[in-house]
Amino acid sequence: MATVTEVEAPPLAPGTDPKPPKKRGRLVPYWLLLPGLLWLVIFFALPMIYQASTSVQTGSLEEGYKVTWHFATYWDALTEYWPQFLRSVSYAAAATALCLLLGYPLAYLIAFRAGRWRNLIMILVIAPFFTSFLIRTLAWKTILADSGPVVGALNTLHVLDVTSWLGWTAGDRVLATPLAVVCGLTYNFLPFMILPLYTSLERIDGRLHEAAGDLYARPWTTFRKVTFPLSMPGVVSGTLLTFIPAAGDYVNAELLGSTDTRMIGNVIQTQFLRILDYPTAAALSFILMAAILLMVTVYIRRSGTEDLV
Amino acid sequence: MPFVNWLKRHLVVIAGLLTLSYLLLPNVVVTVFSFNKPKGRFNYEWQQFSTDAWKDPCGVADMCGSLGLSLQIAVWATLGATVLGTMIAFALVRYRFRARGAVNSLIFLPMAMPEVVMAASLLTLFLNMGAQLGFWTILIAHIMFCLSFVVTAVKARVMSMDPRLEQAAQDLYAGPAQTFLRVTLPIAAPGIAAGALLAFALSFDDFIITNFNAGSTVTFPMFVWGSAQRGTPVQINVIGTAMFLVAVLFVLAGMIIGNRRNRQKA
Amino acid sequence: MMTTETSGDVRLTGISKTYGSFTAVHPLDLTVPQGSFFALLGASGCGKTTTLRMIAGLEEPSSGTVHLGDQEVTHLPPYKRPVNTVFQSYALFPHLDIFENVAFGLRRRGVKSVKKQVDEMLDLVQLGEQARKKPHQLSGGQQQRVAVARALINHPKVLLLDEPLGALDLKLRRQMQLELKRIQTEVGITFVHVTHDQEEAMTMADTVAVMNGGRVEQLGSPTDLYENPQTTFVANFLGTSNLIEAEVDTRSGEDVVLKAGGGKLVLPRARCSAPARTGGKVLVGVRPEKISLTHADDAGAIPAGRNRITGKIAHSSFIGVSTQYVVDSAVCPEFEVYAQNIERDSRLVPGADVVLHWSPAHTFGLDAAQDIDAGVETAGEEAA
Repeated sequence: MATVTEVEAPPLAPGTDPKPPKKRGRLVPYWLLLPGLLWLVIFFALPMIYQASTSVQTGSLEEGYKVTWHFATYWDALTEYWPQFLRSVSYAAAATALCLLLGYPLAYLIAFRAGRWRNLIMILVIAPFFTSFLIRTLAWKTILADSGPVVGALNTLHVLDVTSWLGWTAGDRVLATPLAVVCGLTYNFLPFMILPLYTSLERIDGRLHEAAGDLYARPWTTFRKVTFPLSMPGVVSGTLLTFIPAAGDYVNAELLGSTDTRMIGNVIQTQFLRILDYPTAAALSFILMAAILLMVTVYIRRSGTEDLV
Repeated sequence: MPFVNWLKRHLVVIAGLLTLSYLLLPNVVVTVFSFNKPKGRFNYEWQQFSTDAWKDPCGVADMCGSLGLSLQIAVWATLGATVLGTMIAFALVRYRFRARGAVNSLIFLPMAMPEVVMAASLLTLFLNMGAQLGFWTILIAHIMFCLSFVVTAVKARVMSMDPRLEQAAQDLYAGPAQTFLRVTLPIAAPGIAAGALLAFALSFDDFIITNFNAGSTVTFPMFVWGSAQRGTPVQINVIGTAMFLVAVLFVLAGMIIGNRRNRQKA
Repeated sequence: MMTTETSGDVRLTGISKTYGSFTAVHPLDLTVPQGSFFALLGASGCGKTTTLRMIAGLEEPSSGTVHLGDQEVTHLPPYKRPVNTVFQSYALFPHLDIFENVAFGLRRRGVKSVKKQVDEMLDLVQLGEQARKKPHQLSGGQQQRVAVARALINHPKVLLLDEPLGALDLKLRRQMQLELKRIQTEVGITFVHVTHDQEEAMTMADTVAVMNGGRVEQLGSPTDLYENPQTTFVANFLGTSNLIEAEVDTRSGEDVVLKAGGGKLVLPRARCSAPARTGGKVLVGVRPEKISLTHADDAGAIPAGRNRITGKIAHSSFIGVSTQYVVDSAVCPEFEVYAQNIERDSRLVPGADVVLHWSPAHTFGLDAAQDIDAGVETAGEEAA
């Protein structure tokens, strides 16, 4: 990484004016950073504070809200909605694991086996991004429709009996069950797993694979001992970028799930936009944010901040 | 036996392609169902082939209005985010300054935070300030969350630029403004374009943050969300397919231009 | 650490490699004797690395077979061959320390306690202190030695080296050349070394195969190749040669007499690799260091029986160890002469008339149908 160092002022020749000349460009970085950072501070960081403040307010829409340091809101929110929190974590974890399982082979394929098809496959991975994700998620209602071929096949193979027993589906349906929500989550966040994985894999020198083979490692051993360890940064960053948004998602749960699959995002949305119980909603949002911040801090502690952005 | 061997060697490729089909299946369904003629209000089951929706893409009330609004917001948000984000990216790569860690973290967080949290907290800000929810609040929110992505894209490009190019320009009598316009900007352009494209896509397609902060204004994603309750017109699929094709064309065009430039260099 | 492998012969039979319409290696036969230090020498793109990789199993041959001793390995993947490679950029595993890098091959073969062997091997390459460091913490020369250790520890039948010294600076390279030669002699394993540096090949190898355009031009000991090249490529690629276009005049006993530029040149029949029919065209070659330069005034003192050419000095460069002259003559433009600086003759300056003479036994003859400039280094190519 190259940085231009600031230019030092030349030493004063004897007999010249002793007033020291200003260093050129000292403040330039700060002027460049100011507008954007200010925007983020005002519209990202500050709202967090407002959120915290709203969470300890009491009142109603008619009377108006005042800060009363009513921390009981947090306790009430947790006791009432801890199932949804837990559900969000487990759905997000399941989706992340699936994303890793499904995404790794594709990332590997693009990095090492694609040859001249690499660009085409990358386009196919990214292009769906550019179409409305709501429309694409709605398409899952068609794919997993009760009378559709997919569900029909799963029924014939008795897969649904097994998943029903595990509690992932209900009866002979897939829609409006946890499985559908996880399917949707996995689908939505796959690119977020694939891209960091690919970046990490692409950096691996192909000759390391050859060296491992030369040293008696069979292909699977080479993967275990060389490729996978070297792709860890991508795995970690992909996991973060998948798990965190998935935990707060509510679109998939709403479109593909049922009242039994409500995630914490659904609750926050309902509280904010329908029930209009702002303090409770803010408290829930704050709890979610705090959990996320904790995870990100741990991540930053381990990997530093230079490679974040 | 040889089939099993072939399978073992190509396992990764097969798995990868299966994942790719998982990714593309919904897009295929969207396209196919844009040619559907549904019986009821919803477009989830195949009835019969028809090109009605394609012939009358704006036939649904309010849909094209919301589409236009989304495009408008996306253009302005892209502009804002690209300018602010490019400036930050240059500062990060080319200059030394204090509190790098804090700055990096502040820029990273919007990418890692769940949208619902950012949406909710932004709403509390607007509520507390008594701001009117609508076009401007949406725009503000979009610029906010697109910024970080632009920074990432531009930073990647600027980091791979040789700073000696700018020094060479200065050696050849180019002042700071000239150097920036004639050397730095053209070389950084692909990264800036990538960032802008990303910002446009993110803004156009955003739902959660928009939903919270739009008040009664309706963008295209919000229209689709509403239609999931009211009834999904086939025209939605038409728009979805059109967006996909436009996106692919854009990317292909970008690649062809890039290839032609590379071939000229050689 | 002596190995008593008796079947380390490498036999390539009809080996070739094509990529679509491009032939990287034309069908060739090669035998590398057990325990020898063998070099594949050539410019980049000549097919030497491809040949090496086919021995390693990293490339699938388009035709032909590869045998290691009695075992045919042509289609075996690399992890099933008793062969190890030292890669050009070392390819050390960045996430493992030196100890684990060296132990890698042993562990994959199921060896349980590796400590003793790894420690011994690290001592052999003088890196015992660095065992727990990571590759990026070592210098280029040290990384190179780790790469060698990592390969050798597995007691392969053949050790393959793919331009391992290319990234090192001159002094270090010279040092490592001697080091590798020492290790090979001590360990007794067959080494196959790929390089584009002819000095390196000649210093280290027992046998050298010069490759060009996917074919082996000539194979032999360094001395043989140098003193008796059989193609213009080898003559120009190894050191420098003066090539004179001549025509066969007669045969006289064991010698061939040729006409060139108005004069006569003599060449032993055995050193002529072109057919010596009367009237046939032959390229007469002689190395610059074999030629003596005498001022025209002293021409009478030249002994009889030597080949002679008259000319005028065009340039002279004082190198220190020698003086290099370029002489223009009717026989051949830009004749090069390297004269060792024992005594300086101040008359030998540009413009002086001189007589060049050398012993016929130092002459060689090549088929004139070849490209006279094959193998000559031009300004655009990398230094050999």
